[in-house]
Amino acid sequence: MTTTEDTRPSVQTADLDRAWATPPGFIGWLSNVNHKAIGFRFIVTAFIFLLIGGLQAALIRTQLIGPEQGFLGPDAYNQAFTLHGTTMMFLFAVPMIEGLAMYLVPMMIGSRDLPFPRLNAFGYWLYLFGGIFLYWSLFTGSVPDGGWFNYPPLSGPQFRPDTSIDFWLLGVTMTEIVGIVGALELVVCIARHRAPGMSLNRIPVFVWGVLVTSLMILFAFPPLVAGGLLLELDRKIGTHFYNPMAGGDPILWQHLFWIFGHPEVYIMLIPAVGMLATMVPAFTRRGIVGYPLVVVSLVAIGFISFGLWVHHMFAAGLPALAMAFFTAASMAIAIPSGVQVFALIATLWRGKLVWSTPLLYIVGFVLVFVLGGITGVMVASVAFDWQVHDTFFVVAHFHYVLIGGVVLPILGGLHYWFPKMTGRMLDERLGKIAFWLIFGGMNLTFFPQHILGFLGMPRRVYTFQSGLGWDFYNLVSTLGTYVTVAGFLVYTANMAINWSRGRPAGDNPWDAPGLEWATSSPAPAYNFAAGPTVSSLYPLWEPEGAAPRGQPGLLDELQGHRREIVGTTVLDAEAIEILELPGNSLWPLIAALAIVLFLFAVMIDSIVLGGIGLGAIVGSLACWLWTGSERTHE
Amino acid sequence: MSRRAGTLLACAGALGALAACGDGSALSPKGPSARDIAGLWWLMFWLGLAVYVFVVALLLVVLRRRGKAQEPVAATPGEGRALIWGAGVGMTTVVIVALVLVSYSVGGRIYDRRGTSGLQVEVIGYKFWWEVRYLGRSDAITANEIHIPTGRPVDLILTSRDVIHSFWVPELAGKLDLVPGVRHALRIQADRPGEFRGQCAEYCGVQHANMLLLVVAQPPDDFDAWLDRQGQPRQQPTDPLTQRGEEVFVRTPCGACHRVRGTTATADVGPDLTHFASRRTLGAGVRPNTRGHLGGWISDPQAIKPGNLMPPTKLAPDELLALLAYMESLT
Repeated sequence: MTTTEDTRPSVQTADLDRAWATPPGFIGWLSNVNHKAIGFRFIVTAFIFLLIGGLQAALIRTQLIGPEQGFLGPDAYNQAFTLHGTTMMFLFAVPMIEGLAMYLVPMMIGSRDLPFPRLNAFGYWLYLFGGIFLYWSLFTGSVPDGGWFNYPPLSGPQFRPDTSIDFWLLGVTMTEIVGIVGALELVVCIARHRAPGMSLNRIPVFVWGVLVTSLMILFAFPPLVAGGLLLELDRKIGTHFYNPMAGGDPILWQHLFWIFGHPEVYIMLIPAVGMLATMVPAFTRRGIVGYPLVVVSLVAIGFISFGLWVHHMFAAGLPALAMAFFTAASMAIAIPSGVQVFALIATLWRGKLVWSTPLLYIVGFVLVFVLGGITGVMVASVAFDWQVHDTFFVVAHFHYVLIGGVVLPILGGLHYWFPKMTGRMLDERLGKIAFWLIFGGMNLTFFPQHILGFLGMPRRVYTFQSGLGWDFYNLVSTLGTYVTVAGFLVYTANMAINWSRGRPAGDNPWDAPGLEWATSSPAPAYNFAAGPTVSSLYPLWEPEGAAPRGQPGLLDELQGHRREIVGTTVLDAEAIEILELPGNSLWPLIAALAIVLFLFAVMIDSIVLGGIGLGAIVGSLACWLWTGSERTHE
Repeated sequence: MSRRAGTLLACAGALGALAACGDGSALSPKGPSARDIAGLWWLMFWLGLAVYVFVVALLLVVLRRRGKAQEPVAATPGEGRALIWGAGVGMTTVVIVALVLVSYSVGGRIYDRRGTSGLQVEVIGYKFWWEVRYLGRSDAITANEIHIPTGRPVDLILTSRDVIHSFWVPELAGKLDLVPGVRHALRIQADRPGEFRGQCAEYCGVQHANMLLLVVAQPPDDFDAWLDRQGQPRQQPTDPLTQRGEEVFVRTPCGACHRVRGTTATADVGPDLTHFASRRTLGAGVRPNTRGHLGGWISDPQAIKPGNLMPPTKLAPDELLALLAYMESLT
């Protein structure tokens, strides 16, 4: 195997180790800003939230195991489905995707770190606090129960005067800010810090997916932040943006929410699909077929996804002509999605298959996601949607899309990159058992729900009467959930056991072609001692000698004793500058705490505390910017 | 092998779909609107099934192939183009263009049936019940049960007094939201007499699950008689027991929220009870309308439908018996 890494003697790894070191102890841990440390924290935290969200799903399904059950009761049930949706969307899916991107993208494109490491750390802390903030509501007794979509007037001050919705709004707004911050960072990283030679046509598909998703986040998240602000104003200072009794319009919230909410689906899906296209060559021994088409269709999905939001509102009484447009757009997105699926199948066709666990997840994706896509085309029809809208048919549809299109790729991806992150292999037998339990369990859970929708069972009902023909399908669905939960337990156990005891992985256990496998597992803080250069889409598969060594010039000037990364041009990735990164700092953590303090003050209506919080935000940002880089030696 | 798997899959899908055709289902339509949508579904179902079977069959063939071991290489430019363009772009485009056109035509047909039908019924959503008013018959007010004449289109005028609800009777038509401050029109029609179950389909709070309703389709003559009856004031209590019951109703908290036309109880916080005994259910469908259930409901509605707005009513046993007799007399 070849590596493009340059081992010029001018770069002293001892210098690098010192420049990129993290101070010891707990304080040092808190001040760490390296992309792998932060990305890893994102991944672990998001995985914990995935397990919490899954537990809530098990509670929901247990309540619905049969007619007129008393397991949860209406209040707890409504809280459970609200937290389930909120957790999976805001605390699991987007942070997991961004965490994986933060960890992997710099390595995949041959950079040493993300361009704004402190912003990155700030994002993590705000994410963690946002999640804790939301779940803190459990201890106050006013738990959010307005659904993850929180439609006013139900979420307005007239019907929800307590703090439950404020916990939701403020907690979610924090995670939205995190999403925007991470997206900015990733866009700049991918645009300007690719290894020399990694022109646009040599960017791994996952990195393309992250780029498209990050740009989408920059446009999709602000509407929800703005919408949430208006709702909080309604709740806190008595404005009437959404209050129909005072001339406001509750449908305005639905537009703002879904202008965010629909792209959100693809924000999760696009990088997940990119992940599959990046993994699949390792298991087919052949590069992804139709790379340009795959990339172009990812971009197309990103664009079209902004023209779909009204299909969440087909039953809201909007004008027919407007809805007709959204039918066509919603169906059109099937074309670029179809390209993704058939490009994967074509790659499997052309290659020699290696049946490791990640390949199971790739095949699972095709089977599950295509079914969800087909029902998605169906619900894009206005007339058909009038029947199944807000029923279990739709629940089944989007779980097929999101489990197939997001969860299975993420589980496969974690299995695939686990060795790079820990230096250890996961157990293949446990991995396969977990896959089959999750795959079988999710089908058992969600397939019967299609039928329940036709039989008249709406979503978000905590109970149902017997004699409607719903009992059997609900029972099967609940049993399926238990199988899925068992699968997740096996999956988690596999990671826990092999975290430190697994078979050592070596640099490149899958003989994969991507740059992230060119460094050790786990990689040093600076990833690459010398900046690698790239001459193809699959640098590690280049025959011996074909990969050019680092061009003399700019790369030679990379210093070992400071945190430096190379800046390259957007299109052709020619090295044009060397940038110095700021070092470890506690200020991002303090800034995040200051924001939490301020939002907490808003919630308890304390002007004094709010003033202190606002001052702390300004002060901590000033200190953050003042303290630039550390000089490790002179 | 792959063909057998495909057939098996097709059968499983078809069985699942057929299972959804039972009574009460959107796929056993009892009116023109629901019938159009069910037809659209079956077309989409067979097309979707064909696409899915194709993908799965293709996948099975691909996965069973034994590729030859080789040095890992990049894909050559242009390979797989036929599959990606043919299936990914071509097949998908043909299917969705067809579905868009059919969907427009079905939607258009449902819209085209709008217009003045003569019979307009206002349906007002409350947490967690439905008020039903027959427009032009200002006295005909009822709740949670909509009677319609068979074979005749009826326009429902939907609105809400609190949060957003959604009106859905699967056997008759698709759903439409009840939005406060806005009035939406939904046309329903039933071909034959029958009772059709419906339910609120937009999450509206703690008792969203128990916001049920019933549409009762009757032959036109029966319907006219029913409507006349609903427009009348309440049945005068004749015997001492029901007279005492009315006294209890008016005096106790009942009268503070409910209306019984012809008495001094005229509040409109809760459902109009003038012809309560003619209804099939109580508590917006949560229990059958029988004496036992009614007694339980009056004494402790929070035990049956926790979070609804009706407080428990403490009554002496003889008062409760009189009240129950009175309620049963309100036909």
